[in-house]
Amino acid sequence: MRVLPIALLLALALLVRPASALDTGAVQKLAFGDNDEQIAAVGALVAEGDEKAMALLQALADGELQVAGKRVLIVRGDAAVDALSGAKVEPLPEEHDDITVNNRLRRELGGALAALKLASPDHKVRLMAAKELAGGADDSMLPLVRKALPKETDPEIKSLLELIQATLELKSGDKELRLAAVRTLAQSNNPNTKTLLLPLLERDRDGRYAEPDEVVRAEAQKSLRAVEARLAWGERAAQGFTGLSLGSILLLAALGLAITYGLMGVINMAHGELIMIGAYATYVVQNLFRAHLPGLFDWYLACAVPVSFAAAGLVGIALERSVIRFLYGRPLETLLATWGISLFLIQAVRTIFGAQNVQVENPVWMSGGLEIASGVVLPYSRIVIIFFAACVVLLMWLMLTRTRLGLFVRAVTQNRPMANCVGVATPRVDMLAFGLGSGIAGLAGCALSQIGNVGPDLGQSYIVDSFMVVVLGGVGQLAGTVYAALGLGFANKLLEAWQGAVLAKIAVLVFIIVFIQKRPQGLFALKGRALES
Amino acid sequence: MDAPPASGAPRLPGLLGPSGWLALAAFAVVLFVVFPLCNLVAPPDSAFHISAYWVTLIGKIMCYAMVALAMDLIWGYTGILSLGHGLFFALGGYAFGMYLMRQIGADGQYRVNMPDFMVFLDWKEFPWHWWMSDQFWWCALLVVGVPGLLAFVFGYFAFRSRVKGVYFSIITQALTYAAMLLFFRNATGFGGNNGFTDFKRILGIPITTPEMRMALFAITGAALIGTLLLGRYIVTSKLGRVLTAIRDAESRVMFSGYNTLWYKQFIWTLSAVICGVAGALYVPQVGIINPSEMSPANSIEIAIWVAVGGRGTLIGAVLGAGLVNGAKSWFTVAFPEYWLFFLGLLFIAVTLFMPRGVVGTLQRLRSRRP
Repeated sequence: MRVLPIALLLALALLVRPASALDTGAVQKLAFGDNDEQIAAVGALVAEGDEKAMALLQALADGELQVAGKRVLIVRGDAAVDALSGAKVEPLPEEHDDITVNNRLRRELGGALAALKLASPDHKVRLMAAKELAGGADDSMLPLVRKALPKETDPEIKSLLELIQATLELKSGDKELRLAAVRTLAQSNNPNTKTLLLPLLERDRDGRYAEPDEVVRAEAQKSLRAVEARLAWGERAAQGFTGLSLGSILLLAALGLAITYGLMGVINMAHGELIMIGAYATYVVQNLFRAHLPGLFDWYLACAVPVSFAAAGLVGIALERSVIRFLYGRPLETLLATWGISLFLIQAVRTIFGAQNVQVENPVWMSGGLEIASGVVLPYSRIVIIFFAACVVLLMWLMLTRTRLGLFVRAVTQNRPMANCVGVATPRVDMLAFGLGSGIAGLAGCALSQIGNVGPDLGQSYIVDSFMVVVLGGVGQLAGTVYAALGLGFANKLLEAWQGAVLAKIAVLVFIIVFIQKRPQGLFALKGRALES
Repeated sequence: MDAPPASGAPRLPGLLGPSGWLALAAFAVVLFVVFPLCNLVAPPDSAFHISAYWVTLIGKIMCYAMVALAMDLIWGYTGILSLGHGLFFALGGYAFGMYLMRQIGADGQYRVNMPDFMVFLDWKEFPWHWWMSDQFWWCALLVVGVPGLLAFVFGYFAFRSRVKGVYFSIITQALTYAAMLLFFRNATGFGGNNGFTDFKRILGIPITTPEMRMALFAITGAALIGTLLLGRYIVTSKLGRVLTAIRDAESRVMFSGYNTLWYKQFIWTLSAVICGVAGALYVPQVGIINPSEMSPANSIEIAIWVAVGGRGTLIGAVLGAGLVNGAKSWFTVAFPEYWLFFLGLLFIAVTLFMPRGVVGTLQRLRSRRP
């Protein structure tokens, strides 16, 4: 009964053996045999397919394999190791000769090394080898690639290999093979396939096609279209995503304004600066975490979100109490006064934090991105912001429709004297509503700090945009703001792909200017009969 | 200059009162006699000498005062707050700047008969909008025509659909913002970021000589006085009365049978043209024009000049432009860090405590005295 374990052990040892030692005969033949024998030995070593064989062949290719008497050595500089046992050989034998590697052997070696690397269990080695082959492979590699393909599990390497195979087959004389290659290319996600297929359809100076066969050409045309369609799809998806992302950013920037301007009618030109305050609050929280709680640094945002809300909200309440409440009903004066406030805040931040942009770092879980197709990466930070914007909208909607404060805010908006008569403390509601709008601006700043520069001028770049969103969406309407922000985001990105960023922006502004002249009440106006509001 | 001309309707006030004419005459004497004498004739070390710095500074402020007058006509008298007047100012400046760029000739860095930025961009010929830009009269026409036309078209659509109040302010702001982005592009053909600078001569005369500087100064002064009189003429006429009525109760004016569109349209376009002329006078004196002149911040600053001086009083606009810009050039040298604090507080203080501005407050104090 004890025989079995021993037999198992033996079997295991046999199995393991090729990985730990080389076939002595093959090595001997490689070192001392004639050309044919050498090539046969290379084949045998490749069949073993382990790392030692790779090292040995690599050494041979590099001219490091030498013979001294009956021993085969790998010599690097003055140090030498025995090729078979791996033991150090000291001192270096007096007489040692290079093994001659003629062109035939060298070619064989190159293929063998590539094959070994492609079969390597190490993912990195395989990837390197595949990339090297993609850079320039000749026909001799084709069988190797074919052999490696079905075994490959990693999608990245596999697609690379498929590409290499198709590239090689495209050059073959066999029409069927070319046809198959063209079809394989149609399946590929790699943007490079286009450059492979295009030359097939080109004509040379005499008007002859590069590809002589009609059928293959037609197939290539079809594949090209398929590849282009797939690439275009990826591009469109990426565009849609950036549009959504820009829309959510605009939405965040404009939501606060939808309350202060849309509901309360206060033209707050300092809105952008409230966004900036939110961003700087995030910066401060980040620095505090880095200094005092480096272990929790990845979660500093959880603290920064409420802090930026509170900071901007408190500044907003202070503004409302000190300046804005004296100017209710005088929109143009409010505009000028709040512009003054914005200048003041910008200079204050510049004095405290300096005129340079400050660095706000993404937490680790927000860096990187999701790759949905080759070359189309959706950054996590943007995805998080889209969800964040959705949450803020939801919370705000709940706040306005489901809470007592929201009820009061709506009542004061619709009929201030009547609300006052039934006992709503309108000044208090004004203050809280303005604080809420400002706080949401702070949240926008917190989000913006994750994807853009944070500097004293941060708010200035958003003020025109956010007013456009609110005005376009229609004053007094939350839904209008959401639609307008997303619509503007998409429109901007679509035009951007077509005409460049600056012209797109200009086009959108001009569109809004024209639109307002057609519908001064915005997209979703509250119905009313007032001649003037 | 002494006798007030006959005004249109009998019950309307005269163009200026006796003291008004006297003040204007004194102002004209200072501009056209004292300044040239003290700048050109008085030796540099004498106590009466006025340096080139002051001539340029006052010349610049007079251009701003013209813009403030234009702003006062449209905001103070008609009640329409434009946040896009910087655009008209810059357009006038750019139109005249084109001429100045052509006058550089082959004296640019590349020694080619083309503005440096075009050589730099490797352009071989002038873009279409530079057509005839080497002709003085054509550019002078553009100075008036481009802001006027833009204002006319924009105003027509805005006023026809009765865009008013804050909406109008915001879309004018969007307009100047869009224009700024457009002019920042190199491909637009106006020198991108850097705009136009390094001017050499006007009508073949070198631009940097003291005589040229003085001439520009005097022309600006004359233009300012002309604008002031024109504005005064408008606000004291029946037209001015209608404009004020539009400001105070537009619906009632309409119900009384006036078509307010054309009144607003007229004053709006005129205001833009005045800005364009001011811009054209500003550029050769300051020596540079770039897209930042179109930034929304600049336009909104114009409103504060008028607010500080006093809305609805033309002299207040001139005074406000002088006070704020004088303070600015002093502050930005003495305490560059505190200028924005000061300006911000000025915005807040004026709207909260001095809604009638300096002139309005003075008038009120005087009328309170028995």
